[in-house]
Amino acid sequence: MSGDPKLERIAKGNALALCATGTWTASFAPVLERMVADAEKLAGGPQNVFIDVSEVAKLDTFGAWLIERLRRSLTKGAVEAQIAGLSANYSSLVDEVRRVSATPVVDTTTITITGMLEQIGRTVAGVAGTVAGLIDMLGAVLAAAARTLIHPRSFRLTSTVHHLEQVCWRAVPIVVLITFLIGCIIAQQGIFHFRRFGADIFVVDMLGVLVLREIGVLLVAIMVAGRSGSAYTAELGSMKMREEIDALRTMGFDPIEVLVLPRMLALVLALPILAFLGAMAALYGGGLVAWLYGGVDPEAFLLRLRDAISIDHFIVGIVKAPVMAAVIGIVACVEGLAVQGSAESLGQHTTASVVKGIFFVIVMDGVFAIFFASIGM
Amino acid sequence: MAQEIQNAIQNAIQNPIIRVRDITVQFGATRVLDGLNLDVKRGEILGFVGPSGAGKSVLTRTIIGLVPKVAGSIEVFGVDLDASNTAQRRNVERRWGVLFQQGALFSSLTVRQNIQFPMREYLRVSQRLMDEITIAKLTMVGLKPEVAERFPSELSGGMIKRVALARALSLDPDLVFLDEPTSGLDPIGAGDFDELVRTLQRTLGLTVFMVTHDLDSLYTACDRIAVLGNGKIIAAGSIADMQASQHPWLRQYFHGKRARAVMG
Repeated sequence: MSGDPKLERIAKGNALALCATGTWTASFAPVLERMVADAEKLAGGPQNVFIDVSEVAKLDTFGAWLIERLRRSLTKGAVEAQIAGLSANYSSLVDEVRRVSATPVVDTTTITITGMLEQIGRTVAGVAGTVAGLIDMLGAVLAAAARTLIHPRSFRLTSTVHHLEQVCWRAVPIVVLITFLIGCIIAQQGIFHFRRFGADIFVVDMLGVLVLREIGVLLVAIMVAGRSGSAYTAELGSMKMREEIDALRTMGFDPIEVLVLPRMLALVLALPILAFLGAMAALYGGGLVAWLYGGVDPEAFLLRLRDAISIDHFIVGIVKAPVMAAVIGIVACVEGLAVQGSAESLGQHTTASVVKGIFFVIVMDGVFAIFFASIGM
Repeated sequence: MAQEIQNAIQNAIQNPIIRVRDITVQFGATRVLDGLNLDVKRGEILGFVGPSGAGKSVLTRTIIGLVPKVAGSIEVFGVDLDASNTAQRRNVERRWGVLFQQGALFSSLTVRQNIQFPMREYLRVSQRLMDEITIAKLTMVGLKPEVAERFPSELSGGMIKRVALARALSLDPDLVFLDEPTSGLDPIGAGDFDELVRTLQRTLGLTVFMVTHDLDSLYTACDRIAVLGNGKIIAAGSIADMQASQHPWLRQYFHGKRARAVMG
């Protein structure tokens, strides 16, 4: 019943007559297209043109369109090409295809040098927009917090506790594990290199100062940006995509108050706790390695640690934590609320949230370092 | 020769395009479909109704292989989907199109790229032909060619349904599954959509499996109606059969206030 499609010229007096046979469907489209292109070259001269399709076994949109394309290109002179022998089954399909306008939409996007320069310019200009967006969000969050202080009943305790569980309690195992390992590595490296000068015991000073002032909080902040910042962006972004945030707004709720404030508060509470736990785990790991690998017994380790560090070191570290949490939270929420309709956009903003979050955390750390150095802490 | 063709046609008419036998689907302890049987004949528009939560979408998703079944067999185009190999299965999938309830357009691709997506995968055709066919499909579903360069997020609800239908039709399938195609459309839009499905069924010789809640669609678009209840097909037949049925849910459905309004 079916067979390879063919398009042959048949003799019919003066007129140009073409006879189509076989299966004219999508599976044969490349063959069909070539045959039609060949047949189009026959155009010319004011002769009558007939396309006989009575022998076509099967026709679909692809076949019907190619016949229509052939008919249009053979209609050069005043005489319109005719399709003959159309079976009743397919006549409505051919009629449908005839309504299609011939001009295909062309993709006009081309890469030019001016276009690339424009892109760079837009990106640079976008940096200012990013900073403005962050300050805007900071203001909105503080305003919402102030409103909540005046009307404490509007505070969303359940939501805050839920997020606290997500970002703090559930993060404890991984944070403790990683900081413990980092503590171990610092101690091992310290002992290995200090031993050459016979300065093994100073590894305790290095570990204490480094962990309490910098590594503890910085490492934990980076982990939280990756773990919770991305989660916030994805949550808010998918809510934005499904118009849930618009729904909140129409019901008279402020999305900042309902969604952003509990998340921010949870993060600001969680990061100091995690930073403290992380610092303790790192000190414990370092102490363990110093004992097992360096032969510094725990009592000597603690004695040395008490001499090496003061409460200042601990305060310098822990004070940074809530600020870094606020930065991570604001970046994550701004990115989440900036998500557009597509899945691609959600991915881009989640990536941007983590990258910008980590960047700002490190920038803040540098600013703090300058500040503490100048006040002599 | 003529006799052979006659036989082939006879065969095609007698063999249903979808044959579902004793299907059981279970989620945990809940049995959603319980020994269900259903035939869909070639070239018909089957309307599939039932109370919310009866498992209409589950059956559709089971037939297209998205939900695993506990027991039973499904044959589509005469191919048993459980016994088929990958090549046979792909061949079947190439011959059906699915319109999901929310459209399920790829949000990072334009309308044109969405419609051309299956073509690129399955056919080796030139970009020019694909572009022209895309416009043909858009025209068929009643959209302007300009829509082609838009992204799904820039379309209205009705346009999303139409583009999703154009994508479902992009390989010229023999069978399309429509999951609540008119839900969320205004009555005029829904009426147009019913008309569109009818026209396409006539022009392309489609078989249509349509899950719907829309009484208008049942009256105007469907050849046959199947009703799902208690995990089984409780009735199947023409609209007149449904109206004559004494089943309590059917009586309520087809003789309720809204049904009377539709029948005028």
